[in-house]
Amino acid sequence: MAQATSPPEVVQEDRSRRGGYSSDAAGLGRGRAAAFVAPALLLIAVFLVFPALWVLYLGLTNYRLTGAAAAEPQFVGLDNLIEAVTTPELWNSTWLTLQFVLGSAVIGQVVLGFTIAWLMRDRTGPLKRAVEGLVILAWILPSAIVSFLWVALLDADDGTLNAMLGIPGFPWLLDHPMLSIIIFNTWRGTAFSMMLYGAALGNVPPSHLESARLAGASGWQQLRDVVFPHIRGHILTNLLLISLWTFNDFSPFLLTAGGPDGRSEVLAVHVYKVALQSGELGHGAAVSTVILLINLVVAVFYLRLLRSKK
Amino acid sequence: MAAIELRALTKVYPGGVKALDALDLTIPEGEFFALLGPSGCGKTTLLRTIAGLETATGGAVVIGDRDVTNLQPGARDIAMVFQDYALFPHMDVTDNIGYPLRIKKVAKPARREKAAEVGARLGLDHLMDRRPGQLSGGQQQRVALARVMATQAQAFLFDEPLSNLDARLRLEARTFLKKLQRELGVTTVFVTHDQAEALAMADRMAVMEAGHIRQIGTPAEVFQRPANTFVASFIGSTPMNLLDGVVRGDTLEVAGHSVAVPTSAKGRVPDGAEIVYGVRPEYMTYAAEPAEGAFGGKVAIVENLGATHLVTLDVNDVTVQAIVPEGSEPAIGDDGYALPRHDRALVYRNGELV
Repeated sequence: MAQATSPPEVVQEDRSRRGGYSSDAAGLGRGRAAAFVAPALLLIAVFLVFPALWVLYLGLTNYRLTGAAAAEPQFVGLDNLIEAVTTPELWNSTWLTLQFVLGSAVIGQVVLGFTIAWLMRDRTGPLKRAVEGLVILAWILPSAIVSFLWVALLDADDGTLNAMLGIPGFPWLLDHPMLSIIIFNTWRGTAFSMMLYGAALGNVPPSHLESARLAGASGWQQLRDVVFPHIRGHILTNLLLISLWTFNDFSPFLLTAGGPDGRSEVLAVHVYKVALQSGELGHGAAVSTVILLINLVVAVFYLRLLRSKK
Repeated sequence: MAAIELRALTKVYPGGVKALDALDLTIPEGEFFALLGPSGCGKTTLLRTIAGLETATGGAVVIGDRDVTNLQPGARDIAMVFQDYALFPHMDVTDNIGYPLRIKKVAKPARREKAAEVGARLGLDHLMDRRPGQLSGGQQQRVALARVMATQAQAFLFDEPLSNLDARLRLEARTFLKKLQRELGVTTVFVTHDQAEALAMADRMAVMEAGHIRQIGTPAEVFQRPANTFVASFIGSTPMNLLDGVVRGDTLEVAGHSVAVPTSAKGRVPDGAEIVYGVRPEYMTYAAEPAEGAFGGKVAIVENLGATHLVTLDVNDVTVQAIVPEGSEPAIGDDGYALPRHDRALVYRNGELV
């Protein structure tokens, strides 16, 4: 017993001799450690935590962009939230957002990104560089430029696509607004998944693939038995990130402005319309609160999957 | 079980590196065959080409009576143990052993039964539910062996099977592998860079250098009569003495001494020819007193090898080494005499054994 208690005493002595440093790994002490992280915490507080809390607060007021309520917003409790969740527009937008996330992120970017990474895994040389260059180019160009290019591509009368297909006048953005933005966002965001899977595939031991090949495993069996189990964590992390990014993506607005008639009004566009076009900031903040909650649910779902090590 | 035959097998990598240069090799059914050589000699490429993991640039690989040169690895009916064992981390031991059977669409109960049977034979019965991450290196190796055995393939290929084990375990595994191969009787080719491993385990071995096979033979043949100076210097735990010399009638002039032409080369070297005189330190008799035909010099270094000592003599500025039994090792600076065994000494001319 005496032996068991003696080592901490020694540490105590040691600590006091070194001038009050605590026994943390870096030996900095609480005060200095806090000083090191303070700038980062401050930035996070000012630019992330405060706006989020401000949105929660705004959602409880009748704050408007202009007019009397802009000067003196009144506290209205949960009225905005109740109004938001009872309007069909919100649920329409949620449904469209779900289609957008599933179509362009989960199916489009993940499948296309993985496929390119898998096909290019053993390649070197100009073909690989060209494919990767083109895919990454779509990712790094500013949204405004990219949107302009796509409007030019899909324009009904003078669009490049219609000229190539020989069907002038076909209104892609009016007839197929969701399909258009899904394909647009797939093209735009595939680079991230491609690069992530490219790196992940580099971590799959070649001997494991060869072992499966010697057993006679087909390409699909190699993917199922060797590749996917190895990169499971990468897949889930990738899904989490691009689901959330796509969920909150505003660039569809630049192509269709949510139209025609709300048929491509995903949630990010819906908030913009409510808060800034209609000027109902309080109502918009309440919708944002709903989005925040959905994001949290999605994140928790993926993180749980990630943690359940199987 | 089947023989493996290589005909003029050639592998050229993109970029022009010739890893295998028209190799001919026949490994009879049931043989334990070692591919030995320094790193970069092409031994692993050869093994991988037999497996089908590398495509041959030319020549043919024949297993049994089938030409498998253009077949996929899975169609060649062979099994391989990789250096890192390549066990699937997300499957337990049973599923790992049964994996090749699963690919061959063997039903689950039959698979489990076969895995249990092979696992029990290799002493894995109490580990069948574990994942590879929960096993020691030696246990992982046995799982990899069990997976190979469960396939009942025509031939086994082992790529450096012992190099991931620690030194003590390696000796145990060596004995175990040799015994297992003998019991199974499956044609087995293994790659190693460790000459002691090849000598200890193989029925026959090929020593490779730069894409060529420099000698094929039993370990005894390769050890006692290396076909060329490369093999002579590569094989053996202590390097062979290779001393430049000139033929003078019935004797050789080597390191300022006159020694008789060894039995093996008698009458086969012309007078005046430049040769290399080779004799292993193990075949040298060391004495403190001069003897007829012995190399005399000063003891430069004495190295302790356990039960023996390796004595390095400085003979007219030429290094000559001899193995001395324990208890009779000389001190540094002593005069010493090393007498080569006449029937074990060899003569090389232009690098090849005479």
